[in-house]
Amino acid sequence: MGKPKTYLRPMTGWWRRNPFYRSYMIREFSSVLVTVYALILLFGLYRLFQGQAAFDAWRAALATPGSILFHLLVLAAFFYHAWTWFEIMPKTMPFIRLGGRRVPDNAIVASGAAAAVALSILLFGLVWWVTR
Amino acid sequence: MAETKTIEIECLRYHPGTDSEPRYQAYQVPFTEDMSVLQGLQYIKDHLDGSLTFRWSCRMAVCGSCGMMLNGIPQLSCHAFLRDYHPGRLRVDPLNHFPIMRDLAIDQTDFLRKLATVKPYIFPGEQKTPAQGEFLQTPGQMDDYYQYSQCINCLLCYAACPQYGLNPEFTGPAALALLHRYNADSRDAGTPERMEVVNAEDGVWGCTLVSYCSEVCPKGVDPARAINQNKINSTKDYFFRFLTPRGGK
Amino acid sequence: MKRSNKPVFWSLFGAGGMLAALIGTMLVFVTGIAAPAGFLLPGDTMSYARMMALAQHWLGKLGILAVISLFLFHGCHRMYHCLHDVGVHVGAGIKALFHGFAAAGTLVAAYLLLSIGFGG
Repeated sequence: MGKPKTYLRPMTGWWRRNPFYRSYMIREFSSVLVTVYALILLFGLYRLFQGQAAFDAWRAALATPGSILFHLLVLAAFFYHAWTWFEIMPKTMPFIRLGGRRVPDNAIVASGAAAAVALSILLFGLVWWVTR
Repeated sequence: MAETKTIEIECLRYHPGTDSEPRYQAYQVPFTEDMSVLQGLQYIKDHLDGSLTFRWSCRMAVCGSCGMMLNGIPQLSCHAFLRDYHPGRLRVDPLNHFPIMRDLAIDQTDFLRKLATVKPYIFPGEQKTPAQGEFLQTPGQMDDYYQYSQCINCLLCYAACPQYGLNPEFTGPAALALLHRYNADSRDAGTPERMEVVNAEDGVWGCTLVSYCSEVCPKGVDPARAINQNKINSTKDYFFRFLTPRGGK
Repeated sequence: MKRSNKPVFWSLFGAGGMLAALIGTMLVFVTGIAAPAGFLLPGDTMSYARMMALAQHWLGKLGILAVISLFLFHGCHRMYHCLHDVGVHVGAGIKALFHGFAAAGTLVAAYLLLSIGFGG
């Protein structure tokens, strides 16, 4: 007697069928805006290399309402990236023990988030101080 | 007398001999507050349609036999209750990402083959005769691998994992979690034997940390963690392999 | 089973992801919203003179290169996986395209930073 004919269901649209998958896809697609931002910076670097006139033109483009609105979108993407990054960080680390007890995952998430907040404030403070 | 309500359970039906593709069949199932989904299916089989095919055994979430998709979510049917789906409709599908053999029973062959490749047994670090006594282990050492040893091979994680669905060559959550269970056991010295599976494209590197596997696991195994810790181990192995002699742990 | 080369790309992806998670949000705020709009920071925060001074300092070069390069490697690696996730068949060619793009961006940034020089 031969092997019975099994049926394999197609994967098309898999990520639309479950809110958990949809959040995952949003998380992954935030990478598009991360790439775009890096390219904006690279382009700015190129304009800087070309000289004052070119760089000032780039700055003027950044100051347009369209660019500011776009950067708000990019900001949201980076924030979502950071949030989900720290959320998932404990899964990539071995168990950490302090005083014999296992450090809970939410403590690791909180430390990551705290580090991000601290470094961000430091960065802003540095820029503010240099330009005061 | 307990109050009896009725819920509509819609089951995927597929017979390899007669069907070219699956279809759905709905049943009206009377139930009481304490009935599991499994009991609902058993009612169908006992009273409404004896041809409905599904796997089950222990009825208490330890054997791993009754994994199914309940309204699109991988669950053990003995571990879910009809009262939670009423008054809506309950749709029961076989576990995602596996070939359907018949009705709600899937072909597990692929998983069983992969389980063998991770060498899920202890390679003793030191050779001891029974007369020399047991291998000793502190509670802390057991804690390092205990949750990964709780796997009941129910395959809900495979049904949850889209990477397995997209690429059936992926070793997958449970097999990799069990691989880690042995690597993390202080009595085991078999890590080098398992590195080939770890380091492969379809080993830990097939995972993109969707982590839905850990979300659906009924035993708290957390396969996502087991896999992703080994990404670091695999990376260390990749970059340091020319520095350390083979055979060390 | 053949050993995967993923560790190389994953390390770059991870480094970029960590950097982006730690300071990416604030960087976007400063360079894309605050400075251009003159909001909470003066409008000349990113003036030519100031940015040249930053790009000519070796620390500034390292910082600018790290951000551009690591964000690119992070983004490209993840976008490559996104394609796979939506069902596009991604072979060695597409893999080379995405990671090659990030590598190219890195080289361009390095070249520009070196060409800008060290001031004086």
